[in-house]
Amino acid sequence: MVNPGSRPDSDSGPGFRTLSGIPVDGVYGDGPFPGEFPYTRGVHAEMYRSRLWTMRMFAGFGTAGDTNARFHELLRAGGSGLSTAFDMPTLMGRDSDHSWALGEVGRAGVAVDTVEDMVDLFAGIDLGAVSTSMTINGPAPILLGMYVAVAEEAGVERSRLAGTLQNDILKEYQAQKEYVFPPRPSVRLVTDVIRFTTAEMPRWNPVSISGYHIREAGSTAAHELAFTLANGFAYVEAATAAGLHVDDFAPRLSFFFNSHNDFFEEVGKFRAARRIWARWMRDRYGATDERSLKLRFHTQTAGVSLTAQQPEVNIARVALQAMAGVMGGTQSLHTDSHDEALALPSEEAARIALRTQQVIAHETGVANVADPLGGSHYVEWMTDEMERRATDVFEHLEDLGGGSILEGVYAGIESGWFAGEIADAAYRYEREVNAGERIIVGVNAFTEGNDAERARLLRIGQDTEDLQLKRLAAVKQSRDDRAVADSLRRVVAEASDPTTNLMPALMEAVRARTTIGEIIEALEGVFGTYVEQAVI
Amino acid sequence: MADAAPVRVVLAKLGLDGHDRGLKVVARMLRDGGMEVVYLGLRQTTASIIDAVEQEDADVVGISMLNAGHLTLGPLMVDALADAGLDVPVVIGGIVPDEDRPTLAAAGVAGVLGPGSPAAEVVACVQAAAARRGL
Repeated sequence: MVNPGSRPDSDSGPGFRTLSGIPVDGVYGDGPFPGEFPYTRGVHAEMYRSRLWTMRMFAGFGTAGDTNARFHELLRAGGSGLSTAFDMPTLMGRDSDHSWALGEVGRAGVAVDTVEDMVDLFAGIDLGAVSTSMTINGPAPILLGMYVAVAEEAGVERSRLAGTLQNDILKEYQAQKEYVFPPRPSVRLVTDVIRFTTAEMPRWNPVSISGYHIREAGSTAAHELAFTLANGFAYVEAATAAGLHVDDFAPRLSFFFNSHNDFFEEVGKFRAARRIWARWMRDRYGATDERSLKLRFHTQTAGVSLTAQQPEVNIARVALQAMAGVMGGTQSLHTDSHDEALALPSEEAARIALRTQQVIAHETGVANVADPLGGSHYVEWMTDEMERRATDVFEHLEDLGGGSILEGVYAGIESGWFAGEIADAAYRYEREVNAGERIIVGVNAFTEGNDAERARLLRIGQDTEDLQLKRLAAVKQSRDDRAVADSLRRVVAEASDPTTNLMPALMEAVRARTTIGEIIEALEGVFGTYVEQAVI
Repeated sequence: MADAAPVRVVLAKLGLDGHDRGLKVVARMLRDGGMEVVYLGLRQTTASIIDAVEQEDADVVGISMLNAGHLTLGPLMVDALADAGLDVPVVIGGIVPDEDRPTLAAAGVAGVLGPGSPAAEVVACVQAAAARRGL
């Protein structure tokens, strides 16, 4: 792509013309321009003129070998980054041979028990050349340790690794519910990762602060925004309390938002997120590095909006949601596959989803102008309204936490406040759809065609579980049991001392082929296990 | 004619899957539909669900799965209840491909509710399951 100068008023060069040949500027309207504080209009002056968003498609199923093949397919098809979905036992830090894992191995993601599975997962992929996102939270430090071990065994130093670890445990208690330990020791693990990557992995994002799951669990857009930013502030408070300076780590914090059906609400949400983050980081947390103030985010279209009825219509929903993410200035994007309300995404559906992004990027012209909706009366009002609603939540959390957002978030988790707010909103929405006050095409209106023949679905058979169990047994057979036991003793000892960074002990354990389940159970002995109070 | 006693339903997430939005919505739909709901929440096992069924004298068990584990866990729940000598039907909610429904029915699963099922359908499905028990 042609890369003109970054000045908003400069000649934008011959590369940026409309379909009919009209030259267009890189940005229109008044300042502050994109790339200028408070970044409402975008974090870069040129936005997609200099570089398109990363088309990062989430994939994972079956054994590591199955997912590895999908990774190669996505890279061949023009995907520019990898994103790994792990199966439920892995997300919960349990081995494939745990009784809880029955029926779940490799089903909703890829099964990883030991570093050997990670070797297979990334076989034939140059980890020094791709960026990898890993959706993992409770056991996140262990998976990061495995990734580093795989890279280093292949001769790629950890300092060259680029990627993102989700590692956002707070939203797990609020929404996604894949936690293991209670909140406070879990946040210690988050800060251990932040300290580790800050010192040794300068190209790595140690936390992806995620509103996606909060929204999927049923929250409103404003609550998605507010809870997510509050969690971000909480991590800033935790990491500075652990001795880091805000500008040492904040530039590598990244965000992950949902993009749902209400187009302008979504665009307003993304714009408000940047403005709030910039102001709070500068004014409240004393950040001075410009990069600490810039909220960078990944977007995924709303899985929950996909319908099992007339699933092809989901292609249109996904395209419009993706467009909102792009108009909102996202740095990377995952588009959902249209068959996801029926099953795991098939390869064909995943390809159509990626093609949807490519159409937006290369055919629609929306990438030619930064913040193309800026200055719209409605969009500017919506941006302000989102900020107002988020501010109300921050005030509530400060009250709960005696002035600390981190303490407020803990209090809101322990009292079930977040989960209750989310469940209320989810039920309100469901009732509106039920009552026909809200039209969902194919669900409560326009239902002709609902009985059409269904496309081919991806199925994971029992053979995956059998294969994975054999694999795990073989690794256990061939490893040095004494090294495993020693590594677990070290993990327990260092977990008991909150001032020690656990990453080196975890790295030693994964290199010894200690399993995820063994490490997690050792840590549970020190930290305890979290059981939520069930609220409906 | 006297009103029948309300249907008592135990709702649980069986296994590791943490997606509880749907199950919570179903809990409120059933409550609003006049049923008594015992909501067990996350990370339940067949044993913990059976305990609750016995203690609460439940008429129906509702389990939710959005992680493609239904073909394993659905029959497992049905068999565990039968082994415990309990005649309590099982309804599954979540993402279940249509073609799996006959398999689940053959395994003794009384009903399947997909995403977006309206409240009336949810209540009717649980009522039908309870009726099968001879309530």
